[in-house]
Amino acid sequence: MELDIAKESERITANCSRDSSNLIPILQEAQGKFGYLPAEAMQKFARFLKLPESTVFGVSTFYAQFKLAPTGRNKITVCRGTACHVRGGVRILREVERQLGIKPGETTNDMENTLETIACFGSCALAPVMVVDKNVYGRMTTTRVAQILGKTK
Amino acid sequence: MEEIRLTIDGQEVKAKPGMTVLEAARSAGIYIPTLCADPDLKPYGGCRLCIVEIEKLRGFPTSCTTPVTEGMVVKTNTDAVNEVRRTVVELLLSDHPSECLICHRRKRCGPFDICLRNVAVTERCVTCAKNEHCELQDIVDYLGITELPFKHTERSYPVDTSNPFFYRDLDKCVLCGKCVRVCDEVLGVGAVAIINRGFGSKVATFGDKPIIDSNCVSCGECVVHCPVGALMPKVTERPTEEVATTCTYCGVGCGMYLGVRDGKVMSVRGKREGTVNNGFLCVKGRFGFDFIHHEDRLKYPLIKKNGKFAEASWDEALELVATKLGGYKPDELAVVSSAKCTNEDNYVAQKFARVVLKTNNVDHCARLCHAPTVAGLVQSFGSGAMTNSISEFRDAGCIFAIGTNTTEAHPIIALELKRAVDNGARLIVANPREIDLVRWSYLWLQHNPGSDVALLMGMMRIIVEEGLLDQAFIDKRCENFDAFKVALKGFDLDSVARITGVPKEKIAEAARIYATKKPSAILYAMGITQHSHGTDNVIATANLAMLTGNIGKPASGVNPLRGQNNVQGACDMGALPNVYPGYQAVTDAKVKSKFEAAWGGSLSPSVGLPVTEIVEAAYKGKIKAMYLIGENPLLSEPDITHAEEALDKLEFLVVQDIFLSETAKLADVILPGVSFAEKNGTFTNTERRVQRVRKAVEPIGESRADWEISCQVGKKMGGKGFYFKNASQIMEEIASLTPSYGGISYKRLEKGGLQWPCPTPEHPGTPILHTQQFTRGKGQFIPLEYKPPMELPDKQYPLVLTTGRSLYHFHTGTMTRKVAGLNVLKKEGEVEINPADAAKLGIADGDRVKVVSRRGEVVTKANVTEVSPAGVVFMTFHFAESPANRLTNPALDPVAKIPEYKVCAVRVEKA
Ligand code: SF4
Ligand code: SF4
Ligand code: SF4
Ligand code: SF4
Ligand code: FES
Ligand code: FES
Repeated sequence: MELDIAKESERITANCSRDSSNLIPILQEAQGKFGYLPAEAMQKFARFLKLPESTVFGVSTFYAQFKLAPTGRNKITVCRGTACHVRGGVRILREVERQLGIKPGETTNDMENTLETIACFGSCALAPVMVVDKNVYGRMTTTRVAQILGKTK
Repeated sequence: MEEIRLTIDGQEVKAKPGMTVLEAARSAGIYIPTLCADPDLKPYGGCRLCIVEIEKLRGFPTSCTTPVTEGMVVKTNTDAVNEVRRTVVELLLSDHPSECLICHRRKRCGPFDICLRNVAVTERCVTCAKNEHCELQDIVDYLGITELPFKHTERSYPVDTSNPFFYRDLDKCVLCGKCVRVCDEVLGVGAVAIINRGFGSKVATFGDKPIIDSNCVSCGECVVHCPVGALMPKVTERPTEEVATTCTYCGVGCGMYLGVRDGKVMSVRGKREGTVNNGFLCVKGRFGFDFIHHEDRLKYPLIKKNGKFAEASWDEALELVATKLGGYKPDELAVVSSAKCTNEDNYVAQKFARVVLKTNNVDHCARLCHAPTVAGLVQSFGSGAMTNSISEFRDAGCIFAIGTNTTEAHPIIALELKRAVDNGARLIVANPREIDLVRWSYLWLQHNPGSDVALLMGMMRIIVEEGLLDQAFIDKRCENFDAFKVALKGFDLDSVARITGVPKEKIAEAARIYATKKPSAILYAMGITQHSHGTDNVIATANLAMLTGNIGKPASGVNPLRGQNNVQGACDMGALPNVYPGYQAVTDAKVKSKFEAAWGGSLSPSVGLPVTEIVEAAYKGKIKAMYLIGENPLLSEPDITHAEEALDKLEFLVVQDIFLSETAKLADVILPGVSFAEKNGTFTNTERRVQRVRKAVEPIGESRADWEISCQVGKKMGGKGFYFKNASQIMEEIASLTPSYGGISYKRLEKGGLQWPCPTPEHPGTPILHTQQFTRGKGQFIPLEYKPPMELPDKQYPLVLTTGRSLYHFHTGTMTRKVAGLNVLKKEGEVEINPADAAKLGIADGDRVKVVSRRGEVVTKANVTEVSPAGVVFMTFHFAESPANRLTNPALDPVAKIPEYKVCAVRVEKA
């Protein structure tokens, strides 16, 4: 069921003081509740905390934990670190992009998959690495991309 | 004040305590490269270019954040420091168009020179509007950078051209943060912030949308402060000459330089020294000058023949005006002067009315804005003007802003309020609408339109009951307190809360804050005056100030914010039916004979008609001919349908204006006056500061200065005292007859404005009134009772209409509607309506709607917003297409004769 953004945002701020130091906790709660930060919610928070809307936007875009658009049911992360890069990480990424028809940071229209990249996943021995939700796939090849993505559908 | 001595680069430098090393160096003429430091902004320490070496301090402190101390030894230009600076700049340049920047031929190069570096034309300093004025170039030259170690990465952001006055080319941005800080720290707008991080960092609006879709108010301060070519005005040509003058758009009276090139005004720059605005300007002042050279300017006299205007010579037109006006009795004539014109213009206009036409039927539009201020404050204090000065607000402990939408109508004063709040002042806003100021307020009293007397009396009763009054001040400086105290009885908190709609606790809290957080300043504007009981409202504010001793002291007082640029001056000059210049009563025989002697003619002893009654008399056929200067009553009068009929009945109407206004179309003769850029003179701003207006360009076509025209008509009609050679001579005559202007002369004004009273050539002017005693001797408490507005909502007309102004337009829009960019920012009128009311009526945001009152109807666009409370709708009065004053109620205040613009009953329906 769709959440009523205005109502939920008000619920989030209901027990807070109007102190600008509450911004990050409020945004975290909103991120948790909506899965992203809807513009309407950010505007409500700005008004509540008496902050410029642009400032709230600046903070929301500074931290990687906040998303500005709804994300898909599955999160697909392709590593772009050095180790993965030298072992063809870019080709894995291109293949995922081709299969899903989206670029990093985007979500498929059916809201199934969101594609992201990461600077290093910390499993360089397994390079190139791709992660689907909590499953790590090492030693990736382009042909395995289709198989794995097939499963996620 | 103490002095601190320090040594910078071997030079002994004297500094004031609290100065930073950077400021000390700059005051001694020593250059330190900087990108993020700015005298208007708090120290930031972001760019690290201003680093220096300081003996006994480790590392390289940033000079912009380090305060000076006695005996400090500073080196600004060492190899070690420059090494670090170089790295900083090299990193900056890795994503800045840099090929020209480090090229040794830059200063000799033209945009299309063949370049061995193969620089794209779009990437060149030589094609950048900031070339040769760019702080980044200065820094690169200072550091002698000629090559760059990092690979260049392009950012390629699209240029944002959405604002009509400036563009944003963020490829050139060095992320100094000045635009973000000025917009937040100084303006309190916060339209932009730095978003993302690392390489993706950029200056952006909420949602990274074009700036036009943000809450930006187009003041252009970010453009002024940007050190590089990232934010640039769309007109980039530079003026060849600059003329210091005073803004024509509101009573703040900001100082500015008009930039002139080829005989045209093509830029405006804020003036810092000796001004109220410290260099800041609002959108109208900075960008609203296109009207000066607009093609629709009236260039020749026009005479109406068979219903059509035909060009005429000055001789012909003046002759006709003189003969026609000469054919009427004094009682049948009226002169309406203008708060937009200079003091000199107004002085001559009223002199003409009194000496030549022999009538005191002379008035101007102050009647429609601040007549109650004059009427009310004169009764309370003896002088009807702002008691304190704009620059004092920042030191106030409490600011009580009632009936003023300061950010829209007096934007530069709003900056001072913002500053006061930053300094810890408690801002109390009393306004039915959720205006912008509410964001900075400590307390917001959302009272019902027209319930001001009840609110203020209720607050005063609390102050008396809780013993928060200043009894010593009352005993020593005031009178009639006991009678006043009796009147408070009727204002118990319960009934006040019921009348005003404000919760009891809030009223009490406001009273306590105002009474205890001294000094407390009251600010008000038309929300107080434009009522059928406007004079009572004004008196209530005066009572409140006296009750707590908040008057006659710095940062306190009763401060009416005057709307138009020279409305204070037009009043001072006696463009009023009851007084000569300097508020000297026409009914006072001694005064009259003084003016008869000076002006060389007999004068009428009886008070003339105010403009609202002039219109009425015209309707009844009693006034037969009118000489109207720079006014547009057909948009500004209440119930304009009626005003139109009245003017139509005139036998002869002369209009002197710069454009063919709605009113000018009805004229028999039109005389082309000039704009503020084409004449010399003075304006008196809201804080009584007389400031120079200087001629920057020649009059357009055959137009003439307004005082010149009135003089010529005067001479033609046989008037004697109209042989002025220039504006300065007029000021000499004003000074000789007006005690409060006695010490004012153009020579003195060269050094900056002077605040009246300034009785003698040695007098420094008066920033604060009533310090020792009130102008009338003792301050008078006046008992009041609550009177509801004349027209209240009922079944047929269930909503209250209140009217006001928009930041982007001035008065009836005669000038601002001619500025293309301002009409991009605000192109049409709207009616603001609360979502609850809109839902009941089935109206959606943006729908065309009809607003209907007992007097007429107007079709306009609905703006569904919570800014207006349920039951109240709001319109501005600038737009001829949707004239709010077709609806307003001409009910007059019995004393000040001001119409009730702020409250009338309407209904809204889908169009
Ligand atoms: S902003 Fe300055 S350095 Fe950059 S291109 Fe323009 S003139 Fe050159
Ligand atoms: S023009 Fe004024 S309001 Fe707009 S972004 Fe710049 S500083 Fe802010
Ligand atoms: S746009 Fe100009 S003022 Fe704003 S951060 Fe960039 S360089 Fe600084
Ligand atoms: S605040 Fe008033 S005087 Fe100042 S620039 Fe704006 S319109 Fe002009
Ligand atoms: S580089 Fe890909 S996991 Fe470390
Ligand atoms: S000017 Fe001092 S750090 Fe930028």
